[in-house]
Amino acid sequence: MRPTNFTRRLLYWVSVAAGLVLAVVPLPEWLGPARPDLALLAVIYWILTSPRIAGLGYAWLAGLFLDVLRGMTLGQHALGFVLVAFLTHRAQLRMRMFPILHQAGAVMLLLAVYQFVIFWTDGLTGHGYTGWNRWLPVLSGALLWPLIVAAGDTLTRRSR
Amino acid sequence: MVELSHDSRPIIGRGPPLGATFLTLALASVALMVADTRYHQLERVREWLSAAAYPVQVAVDLPFRAWNWLTGSFADRGRLREANLELTARLRLANLQLQRFAALEDENRRLRDMRENSAGIADRVLVASIMNVDLDPFRHRVLLDKGARDGVFKGQAVLDAEGIFGQVSQVHAETAEVILITDAEHAIPVQSNRSGLRTIAVGTGDSGRLSLPFVTVESDLKAGDLLISTGIGGVFPRGYPVAEVTRVDRTAAATFALVDARPTSQLDRNREVLLVWFTAPAAPQEPAADTPASTEAPSEQPQ
Repeated sequence: MRPTNFTRRLLYWVSVAAGLVLAVVPLPEWLGPARPDLALLAVIYWILTSPRIAGLGYAWLAGLFLDVLRGMTLGQHALGFVLVAFLTHRAQLRMRMFPILHQAGAVMLLLAVYQFVIFWTDGLTGHGYTGWNRWLPVLSGALLWPLIVAAGDTLTRRSR
Repeated sequence: MVELSHDSRPIIGRGPPLGATFLTLALASVALMVADTRYHQLERVREWLSAAAYPVQVAVDLPFRAWNWLTGSFADRGRLREANLELTARLRLANLQLQRFAALEDENRRLRDMRENSAGIADRVLVASIMNVDLDPFRHRVLLDKGARDGVFKGQAVLDAEGIFGQVSQVHAETAEVILITDAEHAIPVQSNRSGLRTIAVGTGDSGRLSLPFVTVESDLKAGDLLISTGIGGVFPRGYPVAEVTRVDRTAAATFALVDARPTSQLDRNREVLLVWFTAPAAPQEPAADTPASTEAPSEQPQ
């Protein structure tokens, strides 16, 4: 029981950290705006599979670190991450029962909430960018969700 | 479908309730945002955190740097020879022009001295390279590999071989964040090289376009005009190219003309830029120059 939880915890930390690193890896300019929020998808995945391991604290820290990495106002991504983590915790008992496409739809809603938080706080701090491509990560993240679930399930099955 | 695992029970009686944790963390983030934007209280905290972020940024940058190094060191002889010939030719041309400029500069300085007006000409530069780290795709910011340790300061002008690139917006120990002149939050005072008309060029968030919103319909400006920096404000040195006017739209009914300009500096594909120290025309202020070894002539990096 104990070591399993430990490996899961480790996987959670490592996967979210990897998502954070991938958030600043350079992409070609046309692809940049569509970069999916992998760290956030990892947080959602781990909250759905192991809610007792994936808490709000680490999600908040991950968001804060993203703020620092990208040089944004401190707290913006942190707020987005913690809000999404909280909503996912609230909905996890229902969400994990959804078929995968339905689940991707729910994830899309969560990503939209996150993007809205960033958009809103951007506007409050005077960095408003109102182009439509700001919402592309919501779509790309939702499309990527089935892959994330497949990858995550493979990882956890092996670690068990 | 997400797999059910053995620890799928909801959290009951374990630690603080979820809502309370959420509320605390959310309030903490709001407090952070307010402290950061309204009171600028977090310089120290940001310094510590960016020290933690630095290894990540270096790790992301490293493969690209290694690739550049590899392609550089294994380039075939013919290509190197070709590049060398071309550079030699360019250098000869530049030297020829420089001879003329040296005389002109002398004359200019003498004239300025007569008017007791110290020129805002760059007198020390430091070559920095742009790290391969993507910041927010909707803001035009880049990360340089030089920071406070090299004497970089906030508000420092950044140039490249073709013109003005941007200014330093945040300084960390080893890195510095630069806001480009095309960022939607940036504005720079400029002057038309042909007519002497002064105005302000504002970034648009589009990497190939600046906008000049305060040009009246009657003013003397036309497509093809070179806009140079005026040095007003003391951030940018005076007389460096900023952009070339691409479009002037005059509607008789409007007060202001619609003017667009294309930045002369290679904003989207540049690798090396120059950090500039100069004596500001109004209030001379020289930052502590503690790295004499890093002072290089820009011609040493022909790219």
